[in-house]
Amino acid sequence: MKKEIIISGFGGQGVMLAGTLLCYAGMRASKEVTFFPSYGAEMRGGTANCKVIISDSPIGSPVFSEADILISLNCPSFEKFYPSVKDGGIVFVNSSLFSPPAEERSFEMVKIPANNIAEECGTVLAANIVMIGSFAKKTGILDPETILQSIPEALEGKEKLWDINKKALSAGFNA
Amino acid sequence: MTKKLLKGNYAVVEGALQGGIDAYFGYPITPQNEITEYMSQRMRAEDRVFLQAESELAAINMVFGAALTGKRTMTTSSSPGISLMQEGISYLAGCELPAVIVNVQRGGPGLGNIDGAQGDYFQSVKGGGHGDYRLLTLAPSSVGETYSMCRDSFDLAFKYRCPVLILTDGVIGQMIEPAEVDDTPLKKDKKVKDYGWNLTGCLGRERRVVRSLYMKEGALEKLNLRLAERYEAMKKETDWEESDTEDASLILVGYGTSARINYDAARRAREKGMKVGYFRPKTLYPFPSERLKELSGKANFLVVEMSMGQMVEDVRLAVSKDTHVEFYGRPAGGIPETDKILEICKKMTA
Amino acid sequence: MKIRHHYCTGCGHGIIHRLLCEVIDELEIREKIIAIAPVGCAVFGYFYWNFDTAEAAHGRPPAVAAAIKRILPDRIVMTYQGDGDLAAIGGNEMLHAANRGDNITVVFVNNACYGMTGGQMAPTTVMNQITTTTPYGRNIEDGYPIKVCELLKELEGTVYIERTSVDSPANIIKSKKALKKALNCQIEGKGFSLVEILSMCPVGWRLNPQQSLEWVNKSMKKQFPLGVFKDRL
Repeated sequence: MKKEIIISGFGGQGVMLAGTLLCYAGMRASKEVTFFPSYGAEMRGGTANCKVIISDSPIGSPVFSEADILISLNCPSFEKFYPSVKDGGIVFVNSSLFSPPAEERSFEMVKIPANNIAEECGTVLAANIVMIGSFAKKTGILDPETILQSIPEALEGKEKLWDINKKALSAGFNA
Repeated sequence: MTKKLLKGNYAVVEGALQGGIDAYFGYPITPQNEITEYMSQRMRAEDRVFLQAESELAAINMVFGAALTGKRTMTTSSSPGISLMQEGISYLAGCELPAVIVNVQRGGPGLGNIDGAQGDYFQSVKGGGHGDYRLLTLAPSSVGETYSMCRDSFDLAFKYRCPVLILTDGVIGQMIEPAEVDDTPLKKDKKVKDYGWNLTGCLGRERRVVRSLYMKEGALEKLNLRLAERYEAMKKETDWEESDTEDASLILVGYGTSARINYDAARRAREKGMKVGYFRPKTLYPFPSERLKELSGKANFLVVEMSMGQMVEDVRLAVSKDTHVEFYGRPAGGIPETDKILEICKKMTA
Repeated sequence: MKIRHHYCTGCGHGIIHRLLCEVIDELEIREKIIAIAPVGCAVFGYFYWNFDTAEAAHGRPPAVAAAIKRILPDRIVMTYQGDGDLAAIGGNEMLHAANRGDNITVVFVNNACYGMTGGQMAPTTVMNQITTTTPYGRNIEDGYPIKVCELLKELEGTVYIERTSVDSPANIIKSKKALKKALNCQIEGKGFSLVEILSMCPVGWRLNPQQSLEWVNKSMKKQFPLGVFKDRL
C-alpha cells in the first residue's frame, strides 16, 4: 500500500495541521510517512497545500506529480489540483464552500459540508479535521482511533484544542 | 535512539545541539528560515550563543571568530547566502579553522527561486571561494541523516581542522518524516579547551597568531601542501550507500533528494524485471570514486540530478573508459520524473 | 627585544602600536586580550604585539570580534582597523557591531588614504585631496569624506567615541588616554567603544614626514574635528 495525498485550501484553514496529523497517525500505525509543504512566497498568496505519503514500504521522493487522494478545503485549490488526481482516485471537497458540478469524472468525489459540521462542533476552524474524519471513513487507510490518539501530538502544547478537534474528527467520520 | 517526526530544518538544529554546538550565527533566507528561528529559541534556552547577523557575510565572519576560540560553531543559509559566505569559507580554510556550514540549496543562478535544487554542487566541491582548498562535503538524503550528519560534522571539522559543508536542499529541509534521534542529554561542558591553536588570551603560554597571509617565499606553499595532505587523509571518510548493484547492468547515481527519486525508480525498474541498481554518495568530497570505478566494469550509469549536470562530471572521471554514463536532470526547482528515469533505464538496459 | 618595524618613515602606526601596547601593559590585560588585525598596513600588527592575534578578512574584524566577545565575555577583544577596512569595505560590520552595542574596542586609524595598496582614495580622503585614484583631487563625484565618530555617536549601542590625533606630543598623550579609556570601557562591561586616530601617511600623501604632520593639523582636522563625541561611561 502506498497512498499519495494532497491537502489544500486557504492559508489559515489548517492544511498543514491536517497533513501532520496524518503523519503522526501513520507513524502510530507503524507505516512509513512523509510530509512536504508549500512554503515561503507561495504561502503569501493565501493558498496552502501539502503532500503526504503513507506507505507500507520505505518512501523515496516526498514530492509527486499525481495523487491518489485530494482533500480540498476550498474551490481554488480544487481547481488547481483535481487534474493531477489519478484515475480512480478520491477527491474530498468541502461542500460548505463550493460544490463542483455533477459531471463525468475520472475520480470519485466525496462532498462533506465540513464548515457546517465544524461549526456544530464549536468552531469553523476544525473543518480541516472534519475532512480528515471523512477521509478515514472513506479510505480505511488509517483507523479513526489511531488518528484520535495522534491529536495531542499534532497539537502539542495546545491542550485546549484537543477536545474540539477530537469531536470534529468523530463528526467527520460519522457524517 | 527514539523515532521522532521531524522537519529537515529542525533536524539541523537538533543534530547540532547533540553535536555540542556552542555558537550559531545566521541570516534569514528561504527555504531555511526555520533553522535560524528555531536556533534563536533553542540556543538561548540552552545558554549558548545565538546571534542574528546583519548579513551572511557577517555571519560567516562571526563563525570565523567563534572558531578562533576553539568552540563548536555553525552557520546555515541557502544558495545566494552561501555565495556571499565564500570569502569567509576561504579564510576558514586558510586559517585551518573548524566550522560547520549548512547549505539548504534553492534554485539559481542569481536570486533564483525558493524551490529545492542542486545547482551548488560545483560551488561546494570544486572551490567556491578563492584558493586551493577543499571542503569536507556531506549530503544527507533524509531528515534522520540531516540530524546525524549535523551531529557528527563538528567532530569531523575538528579532526581535520577544516570547514565542513552539509549540502542539502529545500525539499529535505522542508519535508517532515520520522527520524532517529538520540536520547542522551545535551552536553553542558562550557570550558574552553586548549587545542594548541585556538585564541583564548595568552595567559600562561606563548601568544598565538592565526593568519592566512604568508608573504615569505615558500611559506604559503608549505601551508597549501599541509592542507593537501589533510585532504588526502580525509579520503577515509568517504561514504556511500548502494543496493542491488551486485547483478546490475545499470546503476542509478544521485545524492540528496535526487537519490530519493532514484530509490523509487530503481525499485520500479526491478519490478519490471530490469537489472537496475542504486548508488548514493553520502560524502561528495571526498567522492566515492574508487567504488564507482569498481562497479563500472560490470554496469553502466545513469546520473540523476536537480541541475543540468554537475556531479555527473565526477562520475565520468571515476569510471573506466568504456563505461557508458548518461545524465538526466531538471534544474531550478524542477523535480526529476520517475517515469522519465524508467524510460531511460529501459533504453540503457535493452 | 628589538624589532625593526616595516612601517614607512613618518607613518603613525608605529606610534599608535606603542601607545596601545603601553596601555595594555598598564591595564595588565596582555594575557587576556585577543586582537583582530585588519587588511591594510597594520595586517602585520602581530609582528610587534605580544598577545593573541588573528587576521580577519578585509573589513570583517567587528563581526569576528563580536563573536569572540560573546563566547569569551571575560576576555578583552579589540580590533585595529584602517579607514578602508573599517569605513569602506567593512562599513556594515562596523555599523552593526556598534549598533548592537557589542562590548568590544575598535581602534580606528584614519590616514585619509589606502596606504598598503599605494595611496588610493579612502572613504576618509578629504575634499580636493589628490590620491592615485583622485588625480584631480577628490570632488563631489567621488562622494564626501565619511565621519565615523559623528555617525556612530547617534547609535544607541555606542558608549564611548573619541577622535584624537598623533601629530604632536600633546595629541599623542591624549590618544593614549583615549585608548586607555576605551579599553576600560570594555573592562567595566559598559559596551562599544571606538577611538579614531588621525594619523600620517607621508608616502601615500607624497609629503615628507614634517609636511605630513602639518597636513594632519591643517587639512585633516578641518574635516575631522578632534574631541569626545560620546561618553556614557
